[in-house]
Amino acid sequence: MLEKLLPAASTYAKDIDGLFDLITYLVGFWFILAMGVFFYLVFRYRRKPSEKAQYITGETHKQKLAIEVPHYLILLCDIAILVLTFIVWHHVKIEKPPAEDEVRIVGQQWAWTFYHSGADGLLGTDDDIAKVNELHVKKDTVYHYKLESRDVMHSFSVPVFRLKQDTIPGRIIEGWFEPNKTGEWDIQCAEMCGVAHGIMAARIFIETEEEHAAWIAANSPNSADTSMIAKNETVLETQAQEDRSNG
Amino acid sequence: MAHQIIATSRSATGIPTGRLAVWWVVASEIFIFGGLIAAYLLNRFLHGSWAQEAAVTNTFIGGINTFWLLTSSWFVVIAHHYSEQRDAKKTRQFLWLTILLGGFFMGFKFVEYYKEISHGMTLFTNNFWSFYYTATGLHGFHVLCGMVIMAIIAEGDIKNERNWHRVENIGIYWHFVDIVWIFLFPLLYIAK
Amino acid sequence: MAEVATADVSHDDHHHEHEQTFWSKYVFSTDHKIIGFQYLFTGIAMAIIGGYFAYVFRMQLAFPGSSVPFFGIVSPSAYNSLVTNHGTIMIFWVAMPVLIAAMGNFLIPLMIGCDDMVFPRVNRLSYQIFLLSAIVLIASFFVPGGGFGGAWTAYPPLSALAKYNATPFGAPMWLIAVALEIVAFLLGGINFITTAMNARAKGMRMYDIPIVVWMIVIASMLFMASVGPLVAGAVMLLFDQTLGTTFFDASAGGDPVLWQHLFWFFGHPEVYVVLLPAMGIVAEVMCTFARKKLFGYKLILYATVGLGILSFFVWAHHQFISGVDPRAAYLFTTTTLLISIPVAIMLFAYIATLYGGSIQFTTAMLFALSFLAEFLIGGVTGIWLGSSGTDIYLHDTYFVLAHFHYTFFPIAIIGTFTAIYYWYPKMFGRMMNETWGKIHFWGTIIAFNGIFLPLFFLGAAGQHRRIYNYQNFPDLAGDNMQDLRVFATISLVIMLLFQIPFVINFIVSLKRGKKAGKNPWKANTLEWVAPSPPPHGNFPDGMPEVYRGPYEFAHPDREDDYWPQNEPGNQKPANK
Repeated sequence: MLEKLLPAASTYAKDIDGLFDLITYLVGFWFILAMGVFFYLVFRYRRKPSEKAQYITGETHKQKLAIEVPHYLILLCDIAILVLTFIVWHHVKIEKPPAEDEVRIVGQQWAWTFYHSGADGLLGTDDDIAKVNELHVKKDTVYHYKLESRDVMHSFSVPVFRLKQDTIPGRIIEGWFEPNKTGEWDIQCAEMCGVAHGIMAARIFIETEEEHAAWIAANSPNSADTSMIAKNETVLETQAQEDRSNG
Repeated sequence: MAHQIIATSRSATGIPTGRLAVWWVVASEIFIFGGLIAAYLLNRFLHGSWAQEAAVTNTFIGGINTFWLLTSSWFVVIAHHYSEQRDAKKTRQFLWLTILLGGFFMGFKFVEYYKEISHGMTLFTNNFWSFYYTATGLHGFHVLCGMVIMAIIAEGDIKNERNWHRVENIGIYWHFVDIVWIFLFPLLYIAK
Repeated sequence: MAEVATADVSHDDHHHEHEQTFWSKYVFSTDHKIIGFQYLFTGIAMAIIGGYFAYVFRMQLAFPGSSVPFFGIVSPSAYNSLVTNHGTIMIFWVAMPVLIAAMGNFLIPLMIGCDDMVFPRVNRLSYQIFLLSAIVLIASFFVPGGGFGGAWTAYPPLSALAKYNATPFGAPMWLIAVALEIVAFLLGGINFITTAMNARAKGMRMYDIPIVVWMIVIASMLFMASVGPLVAGAVMLLFDQTLGTTFFDASAGGDPVLWQHLFWFFGHPEVYVVLLPAMGIVAEVMCTFARKKLFGYKLILYATVGLGILSFFVWAHHQFISGVDPRAAYLFTTTTLLISIPVAIMLFAYIATLYGGSIQFTTAMLFALSFLAEFLIGGVTGIWLGSSGTDIYLHDTYFVLAHFHYTFFPIAIIGTFTAIYYWYPKMFGRMMNETWGKIHFWGTIIAFNGIFLPLFFLGAAGQHRRIYNYQNFPDLAGDNMQDLRVFATISLVIMLLFQIPFVINFIVSLKRGKKAGKNPWKANTLEWVAPSPPPHGNFPDGMPEVYRGPYEFAHPDREDDYWPQNEPGNQKPANK
């Protein structure tokens, strides 16, 4: 259902969409049933001069069944939803498949910086590529991300991945995703982070293996563009340190 | 108001209205201090280093202060006992003794604060000390409020031999303040 | 039930003893009804401010960058401040004062058959603190830097440090205002609970208490138990803001997530704190206009208590993706889905009450029925969010926003209108105009759905909250999505315009309305025994005694289709 509104571009997006559909069917059934009964009763028992209201306490066992039976049925539906929720949650947020590449994501007021691992697929090496508000990933590759914040809470949200994770200053939060569809989409900040929260937008570029290799080659650390980024980085870094020492 | 409110004199539960209200005040305070203590404990478990900070707090002054508060609670019980016998003189006497011990508590507290601040342990030293001052400060504020209310009851009500039930009500509050200290003392002073 | 030895002497002359000035009668009164009106009118005034804020930021979303009539250009910081304070006002200064304080003050003494609250001066103090809190909040919009804009949840470090939130005065003032408001409601809550426990009329047993009184009392208890930790947290956050402590500053060893726990430990029960009084109001109105006994009074009561207890174990479902241990989601998803059971029981019992009734479609009844229908939408959409799996995607989107507006709008707005249309004759002694009431009803309900139904789709398409201009997000800037935003905004403007007939009806009926007798709706509860409007002291003909439960409509042993609680009769009801 969700895919009609927004494409799904990660492996676990279809799991989350499936859970969404299951809930829609179960809840939709109960919702329509309850609304149907409700409107029927409102119509059927509208005031008529010939009919006096009935005296029903709702305290006898037989009358209570009218509530008890549906509430056990709802409990059953709850359990069905719970089981699938646990499976999906475990898959997305707890169990991580082995990494094939890594990316470090740093949020600050009001930009995202993405540290791509570069040609060697390892972070913290000389060939890392830092990009502001641009995340380039390769299709069909398991990425592990490390999420950090320089100042306040942010939230790294990629709607096409159905992924969202808050950042917490002082902590590194890890997770994973595997893109399975090429294209270019929004990354939003989903946690109020100050004045310009509304323009803390980034883009994700999901590329084929060849495109990605070409992008890495074009953005190797010694090119002018990235050295400027790196310079920006050091400025931001020192500023963050100053802020901390002032605070 | 000009007339007596009927509502105030009713007692459908059998518990006098004033006492019932004090119990609800105590209940809401339990949640406030409970939240503070829970927040402290959470931090304490996260930061092993706080044990060393707790070692710096003056267990001796804390212990003496525990003694003052416990004794004062005993006095307020005696005051309640005399108030039930409608003995205004003795009730006032023991209320003032309670206030005096509360004053001792506050006096020692200020000496303690003075010593700590002069040794450089202020509200801003680190989060342990922030918690220390916030928790003991909030508690001290409650002690101070209790002393003021008790003085008003002793001089305004008991002296004029009326509103005897207020002695019991302030007693309940005073015991509560005491019990909060029984929680704070081991957490901030003893557990190292 | 023991009555302390006071004869309920008739004292119908006490309010003639001295002439009261305007100030002592309406401003510094200790009369519970006047204090209730003070809360009601302050709440309505704040609702107008909150509604105006909603109008401004919805206009910005529909027509980004253009000048909003009656406001001007909306800057990003103004936008944040508007959404933050819209939320804060609607919860703390509209839902709470109107549903709990105004209705609690007006209804509890009347419904349990006594002359006032047990502590009238504490009651007055509670309102004065509340008024002060409202003044502090409004003042915070005009200080340098503007009003606080860090969302009503006020997550630190954003809310803690001025260098992050850029509102050096707005943020602490916002927090002080919220803290004062909490103090006011703690005082009021103690008064409500003690009054309902101790000051009941002779003969009123536990299960003879009208359900709305139960609901307000249980809500006050929930509030008391949940808000304590937030008070402690507010003190800590205020110290962080103003003194420079580091309770929530991660770089100095503090823990910013601690605030989220303290806030949501309060924040989730708070939903039920405002829900319960509204459910109670709806129950009263439904029983009266369906001429039916409430279906399963005790069942509803026990479900409410269960709901209250469960509500303390669900708070972390607001934090599934906030970086707390992901394994906690198993526990909190389970409790969250379980809480659907007591809510479902209550709603089913309400719907079952309609069975076999004789339903009169007065304006109050229409609002009460629409409460059930709209709240049902709000309730069921919570399942998508309570399930941690789908919450990964839906968290902080417009889906959440639409969901909680489908709960809070029925509670705070529909619940309030239900109460006003129903108790207006008792409050002011005159009837409101039904035709204008129905115009107001249909305009409000249809426009309300027009605002929030499109927002479910926007949220499911990945649109996040608190973003002042979607043109910066290429995926969200498309024409069809913008059309939905415009549709929602136009619906909002229509809904606001439909409040004008209500205001006129309210004011005109004060003078021109048909005189209401003591009991225009032929209802059973004790407030309808008092004259309309009740004088100071409420029951000039002597304090009522209670002989039966509150909902004995259409009883087979009786000719009339209603049986007031205070009417002596040889038959004791089954409801004991």
